[in-house]
Amino acid sequence: MQSTHIPHGKGADGPTLQNRDLSSYNVIRQKHYGKFIASIVILAFVLALLHAFANGNIEWEFVGRFLTSKAILWGAWNTIYMSILAMALGTVLGVVFAIMRMSSNPILRYVAKGYIWFFRGTPLILQLLLWFNLALVFPTLGIPGVLELSTVDVMTPFLAALLGLGINQGAYTAEVVRAGLISVDTGQYEAAKSIGMTRLQSLRRVVLPQAMRVIIPPIGNEFISMIKMTSLASVIQYSELLHNAQNIYYANARVMELLIVAGIWYVAIVTVLSIGQSRLELHFARGSNHTK
Amino acid sequence: MQSIVEGKGINKYFGEFHALKDIDLNVEEGEVLCIIGPSGSGKSTLLRCINQLEKIDSGGLWVDQELVGYRIDGEKLHELNENQIAKQRLATGMVFQRFNLFPHMTTLENVIEGPIQVLKHSPKETREHAMQLLDQVGLAHKADSYPIELSGGQQQRVAIARALAMRPRLMLFDEPTSALDPELVGEVLTVMRNLAKSGMSMIVVTHELGFAREVANRVIFMDGGQIIESGEPKAILTNPSNERTQAFISAVLN
Ligand SMILES: Nc1ncnc2c1ncn2[C@@H]1O[C@H](COP(=O)(O)OP(=O)(O)O)[C@@H](O)[C@H]1O
Ligand SMILES: [Mg+2]
Repeated sequence: MQSTHIPHGKGADGPTLQNRDLSSYNVIRQKHYGKFIASIVILAFVLALLHAFANGNIEWEFVGRFLTSKAILWGAWNTIYMSILAMALGTVLGVVFAIMRMSSNPILRYVAKGYIWFFRGTPLILQLLLWFNLALVFPTLGIPGVLELSTVDVMTPFLAALLGLGINQGAYTAEVVRAGLISVDTGQYEAAKSIGMTRLQSLRRVVLPQAMRVIIPPIGNEFISMIKMTSLASVIQYSELLHNAQNIYYANARVMELLIVAGIWYVAIVTVLSIGQSRLELHFARGSNHTK
Repeated sequence: MQSIVEGKGINKYFGEFHALKDIDLNVEEGEVLCIIGPSGSGKSTLLRCINQLEKIDSGGLWVDQELVGYRIDGEKLHELNENQIAKQRLATGMVFQRFNLFPHMTTLENVIEGPIQVLKHSPKETREHAMQLLDQVGLAHKADSYPIELSGGQQQRVAIARALAMRPRLMLFDEPTSALDPELVGEVLTVMRNLAKSGMSMIVVTHELGFAREVANRVIFMDGGQIIESGEPKAILTNPSNERTQAFISAVLN
């Protein structure tokens, strides 16, 4: 009887059935040699990297100075501003095209499918260049004879970036919104109808708020990608963070320093956004078992 | 007495499948009609046609004296658009087997949603009316709870209050107690019994034969998309003439 209760490795001196107090024993933890070795390797690598940066041809003083220089702050602001506008445009388009895609009208469905197909199927940088160079196809915009504007004047880097980023984003957001709408139980549509709501009312008041729980996390991720995608607008001269950093290093040749400056700003912005994202997720979890 | 629902030769198909076969139906104002029958016999489909969640393929259906789904213009029937159908639906309230409360709204918000958003009633009045209704179903103290915090029986009572808040002329119940634990069935049936006493016209699909016997003015037995038998609750439930009805009732009772 006794032997079955002897703790491993303690032999006959182990506690008996009557005496099961283990407090006097030393616990020998399992050894994780693999983890230990991996930690050493990683640590060595990080130290080497730090050493390289500290002793390399990087003037840290420049990094500190340019981090809050006017051009960089302006660029960071433009990056945030453009991300918000493009994301807003993308979300509106995404909701509209998701609803069109689920419409019973086949023409609306095909238009939505075509939009998603085209803008997801071509590189964003190409779309930005297309918008920026729109004047080559349409020299003037507006209603002929009533209001005609020169496309070159209208299609500023700002507008081209907004259209390029926002419309491209809309194609991705439409799929996210559609997945959200599908995730809501059909009984919810029926309950909304049964109290006399029209299709749009039930979407706005009943289905979309519930779909938000599914939609918000990926949209949050896409917002974070958007912050970084705005850097592509540097190719069409939009004065966002990377573009301004580049302009400075073209002048002073401090390439690494300015890239680090831009990197610090990107990371900072994304970090703040990630915190906001988790707040928002909590808000839309209302009434689900997460918040109970 | 006026009819609240009149159906003449209603047929409904799902693709090839013939779900409702030549249904004739007449429900008078203030009447409580219970529909019984095996699963798949078309009971829900019939209720959903009355509420225009489904569209009938032939025949005619009148709710509260109005032709459902069409406008008569001389010799022509004009199909109603979505907004007009939504308007017609206001005559009926519907209670679903699985409650279908809006989970992102509190109990009170669920009840006031329709009157405020659809009927554009004033929030203050609506709130007062909603609290009265919640009181009627015994849930005034749960006004600020979310559906997930309520038991199934409580959720179904809120769903009834939500439907009543629209002041419908007719209430449709699709197996309102089938998704409930047995000990919660009684509280929902009590609310329905009181509603019947108040004179509300009701069509109730149910397997609660006791409730049907006690509350219904008339019971219909459906099978295979047809009305097999219709009559006084006692006659149908204790002494059915059709053998399919007999088989169904003895199966439910055992
Ligand atoms: N939307 C639908 N599409 C195809 N078949 C359906 C649909 N709704 C119901 N049915 C079929 O119609 C028949 C009647 O269904 P239903 O009215 O729900 O029966 P009950 O409520 O009496 O159980 C069933 O065979 C069901 O499978
Ligand atoms: Mg059913």
